[in-house]
Amino acid sequence: MTIHFVVHDEGDSVGVVVVEGLKAGTRLNGWIMDQDKMIEFDAKSDIPIGHKLAIKGIKSGDTIIKYGVDIGRAVKDIGAGEHLHVHNVKTKRW
Amino acid sequence: MGINLKGASFEGWRRENGRMGVRNHVIILPVDDLSNAAAEAVANNIKGAMAIPHAYGRLQFGADLELHFRTLIGTGTNPNVAGVVVIGIEPGWTGRIVEGIAKSGKPVEGFAIEQNGDINTIANASRAAYKLVKHASRLRKTKADLTELWVSTKCGESDTTSGLASCPTVGNAFDKLWENGNTLVFGETSEITGGEHLVAQRCRTPEIAAQFMAMFDRYQRMIEANKTNDLSESQPTKGNIEGGLTTIEEKALGNIQKIGKKCLVDGVLDKAEAPTGPGLWFMDSSSAAAEMVTLCAASGYAVHFFPTGQGNVIGNPILPVIKLTANPRTQRTMSEHIDVDVTGLLQKRMNMDDAGEALLDCMLRTADGELTAAELLGHREFSLTRLYESA
Repeated sequence: MTIHFVVHDEGDSVGVVVVEGLKAGTRLNGWIMDQDKMIEFDAKSDIPIGHKLAIKGIKSGDTIIKYGVDIGRAVKDIGAGEHLHVHNVKTKRW
Repeated sequence: MGINLKGASFEGWRRENGRMGVRNHVIILPVDDLSNAAAEAVANNIKGAMAIPHAYGRLQFGADLELHFRTLIGTGTNPNVAGVVVIGIEPGWTGRIVEGIAKSGKPVEGFAIEQNGDINTIANASRAAYKLVKHASRLRKTKADLTELWVSTKCGESDTTSGLASCPTVGNAFDKLWENGNTLVFGETSEITGGEHLVAQRCRTPEIAAQFMAMFDRYQRMIEANKTNDLSESQPTKGNIEGGLTTIEEKALGNIQKIGKKCLVDGVLDKAEAPTGPGLWFMDSSSAAAEMVTLCAASGYAVHFFPTGQGNVIGNPILPVIKLTANPRTQRTMSEHIDVDVTGLLQKRMNMDDAGEALLDCMLRTADGELTAAELLGHREFSLTRLYESA
């Protein structure tokens, strides 16, 4: 079975796509590393390898959690399964 | 595989100061930018000598000048170097670097260009290099316990796969080397932003944590004083963003996976400062790959672990740089740059202990003389860190 995306911790808001050429609408296999659990999810955007998808609905202003830690804030609403990157998330530092 | 580090050994060269090196370079080291041409001419004349040209060394002053001297003296003193020819525009600063390297007992000679010209300097320095290469070629390898191997780490052109897999692979190897009593270092002060509390928690004592936080806070003040935006495209870099990293916090949390889960930070170092004992050291340093790796070499490290996501191609003139990636696209398109393929981690075809052991196995082979990808491709990036403008 191909793993399409990987999540560090089950409390995280995001997963990382680890296959090339992922298209919107694909049914995805996700692996949650720390808990060693598998989940299934639908991609809502085309997402390049290494880029993130939201694995829960996120509101503008929400804190994004990865590794169980704060990695920044959403500047737009982001739906579950959508591409999450510099167009909708910014640093809280600098 | 099951590598047992306890009692493991490697074969290298024991230097005059007792340190073990894994390469046997004779280097032609310019004091300043003006002396690069002569240094390169000498290395062209004498086969087996290597010039290390660089851009600086004029009109520096204060702490910036001290760092310049410390980096060049440290480079010459590194145990991967058998002998050094120093060439400068004038004899004063040239002599200072020669004296600094000579303290290690290593053969070193200095030459100044003023009142000689390039041609006479090149002739005299070539004769010295001839003798040093002859001397180096006569040295025989000896066996040493693995604990004598100093290992540094820094990642580059990171992406999300770095934090998921290639940096944790280094962390797994570092945990094992730390328990074994090796001398280790990590750094990249700005690239810990967002995870500084996690590094502080890993410091062995509150005093070390306070020293680390003082270095971290000073770097933040420098960034705050000079920034014109949120640094996006510089930190994280354009390459990091292309690879899926969104913020500095996300990049930092991936970066610090390199210190594993067990090892504690045993002390802090200034740039190019040599550690005084075994353990894991934090060096206050730039996050730019060539600058950081140059500083690791100047601190005396003999082998380097370099996880990459998007495919940083870096090497160093004297420090073998072992690269690993977990990104299947990078492994597919740039395999000639990668020494250890850990892409299997992301498809559960490999576990973290397997990956750590693959890296340690490559480290042992590199220490015994196997060339790294960066050495085979001629990557010799040598970048001096500057603290401020010249006088």
